[in-house]
Amino acid sequence: MPLTIMSYKDLYGWTMDEIVAEIGRKNNCTFCGVFRRQALDRGANLLKVDYLATGHNADDIAETVLMNILRGDLARLNRCTSIITDSGDGIPRVKPLKYTFEKEIVMYAYFRKLVYFSTECVFAPNAYRGHARVLLKNLEKIDPAIIMNIIHSGESLKVNETAKIPCLTRCTRCNYVSSQEICKACILLEGLNKGLPRLGVGKSSRVKRLLKENEDKNKSCHQETGCCKIDNDTKIECACKKSIALT
Amino acid sequence: MDIKVQFGGGAELLFDNKKHYDISLPSKEKPWIIGDLLFWLKEHLLKERPDLFLQDNSVRPGILVLINDTDWELMDTVNYEIQLNDCIMFISTLHGG
Repeated sequence: MPLTIMSYKDLYGWTMDEIVAEIGRKNNCTFCGVFRRQALDRGANLLKVDYLATGHNADDIAETVLMNILRGDLARLNRCTSIITDSGDGIPRVKPLKYTFEKEIVMYAYFRKLVYFSTECVFAPNAYRGHARVLLKNLEKIDPAIIMNIIHSGESLKVNETAKIPCLTRCTRCNYVSSQEICKACILLEGLNKGLPRLGVGKSSRVKRLLKENEDKNKSCHQETGCCKIDNDTKIECACKKSIALT
Repeated sequence: MDIKVQFGGGAELLFDNKKHYDISLPSKEKPWIIGDLLFWLKEHLLKERPDLFLQDNSVRPGILVLINDTDWELMDTVNYEIQLNDCIMFISTLHGG
């Protein structure tokens, strides 16, 4: 199978360097993660593949279980341990290395002299995942079986049927699979393009509120009410940072 | 005592981006153990962020150590007595998001 490389710049108009310049060193994993996932979706669609296999190993899955518990993210907690998931576009996602310890993979690569991407992400030290990772690595030192035990706990866990879990639908903007009306990638992009890079970072309820506020602000700009004030020059500066020439 | 020390998987970034070092450990009364070597490395070769390499008198969890291509967990980890011409390899498995 020929190698196809897709870039964030081509897909979204932004490189990761440009995004970090906007958002800073915190929360940038949100952008990279969301964009990477959708880039995989788009690539899979483009190449018309039967399966989309990711390299998640046992450590990654255990980390994700812990992270979803720490965040109280029931929907993800419910599905993050599945070895095969259906994302609604007919291309199943599979994790063939789900039960393989990271240590075994790294050792294998070392002894077989395989070249692999190993550089620690320069943007990552502040990632939320890092906390789950440190916790997991410290637990592994006590007993490596803890990794498998956490995965097993995740697999055995059954979320109460009355718990509210978002169902998958399609993004009204880009038509890719999403659990929200507008997918995270589109919201993050809107934030970047409007100079509000923190727009999509955080809970979806907060994002909805910010989107609405942003809309209201734009409205008031045009109506020249509330948020707009006249400064000493010949310009009106709006609280939403849009400068409008005084007519 | 001459030994080889190697870094991989990103651990080399903490050591001036060099993957191979031939080092000569000064002689001392007690035999050199890996635990001593870790502190020697910290003093002499480690260039930045020591907390990404060391934690509680051992390597930071997530860094694999190989002694002559054998997992150090089979060799008593920090207590292994270093021999002449040993090759000690440190491979980081720590990565981001």
